Amino acid sequence: MLNELGKIFIASALINNFVFTRYLGLCIFFGVSKRMETAVGMSMTFTSVMVISAALSWLVYNLVMLPLGLGFLKIVIFIGIVAAFVQAADTILRKISPGLYYKLGIYLVLITTNCIILAVPVINADEKYNFMQALTMGLGSGAGFSLALIIMASIREKLELADVPKVFQGLPIAFVLTGLIALAFLGFSGLIRL
Amino acid sequence: MEIKQYWRLFKNGIFGENPVFRLALSLCPAVAVTTSVRNGFLMGIAVTFVMTMVNITVSIFRNLINPKVRIPAYILIIATYTSVIDMTMAAYSRAAYKEMGLYIQLIVVFAIIISRAELFASRNKLLPSAVDGFGMGVGFMVALMLIGAVRELLGKGSLLGIPLVGARPMLIMVLPTGGFFVIGLLMGTFNWIEKRFFGGTGAAPGGHGMH
Repeated sequence: MLNELGKIFIASALINNFVFTRYLGLCIFFGVSKRMETAVGMSMTFTSVMVISAALSWLVYNLVMLPLGLGFLKIVIFIGIVAAFVQAADTILRKISPGLYYKLGIYLVLITTNCIILAVPVINADEKYNFMQALTMGLGSGAGFSLALIIMASIREKLELADVPKVFQGLPIAFVLTGLIALAFLGFSGLIRL
Repeated sequence: MEIKQYWRLFKNGIFGENPVFRLALSLCPAVAVTTSVRNGFLMGIAVTFVMTMVNITVSIFRNLINPKVRIPAYILIIATYTSVIDMTMAAYSRAAYKEMGLYIQLIVVFAIIISRAELFASRNKLLPSAVDGFGMGVGFMVALMLIGAVRELLGKGSLLGIPLVGARPMLIMVLPTGGFFVIGLLMGTFNWIEKRFFGGTGAAPGGHGMH
């Protein structure tokens, strides 16, 4: 059981890393990786939202939608769940912990319509994971995304000083750079046997 | 509007504001699925369908949707059409769906679709909105097929499944890494072309929309 969960965690964090292998969350990845501080705040917010939305959507999908034969509505319902949860988190956080809200609140707004958040419930539903597996998948994906953001943020701080040809400045060179990191992540693919 | 203006609107989606290269919006899944021309084409068809239908629907109901709830309303409309194309693809092109199913479902969160609904369709009449959505969709498709062509040619040594290159292909180009390389290099090339031949600034695109 634990062994299997560990495999799912490693698979979703390193081997199928959301950014480097599945190409998800690129807009956020390139948008906020300019400063380390923002990258850390962003990865914390994303990881918690991913785990909780994995849990919520698993419950709704398996306990309500499947028994009622509503599987075909999953895109509509998942995006509704994520949006409602993010809105609720925003309100609760503002009331309970204004300090944390001040730090993370701005990232919460960006989350609702983000492919990386929606991908977690969709993958869980497609793979027919059980509850614990779904949670682990959410946590692993969050950890993988955080790792990617932090790696990129630390490289980007150096990139600012580099002498890049003018037409390649900004996004183009960031893409090539991401390609190189993805190449390194390719080395993880033999880590475990699925 | 006259035919000419419609044509200009349509062309704007392909050259002026090509969603992949110029606006840098909705990059997320664009690179993932385009390991071949065919995959780029299918993804492009799906996006074109969703964008055109969403623009039409939003345009029809633009006076009925309360501005306060417009974003949830748009998302609901997009999710509906995404479900339609998702089920259609699952039924009719099973092999391709196995590869791209996840990304088809994620069309629902493409930033480009909601931004066209918000910026264009909610302020314009039915026909211009439809043309705008269609043009943007085709622009997306052209860009995806271009990326797909480069990756297929280098990575598999073929185009549209027809083998062209005798030498051993560079497998790396069909792996995720290659997608990042190709899109970065194409973006740089587009900047260079603009700077060299059209007297642009050659500045990097995608300052906006990268949130």
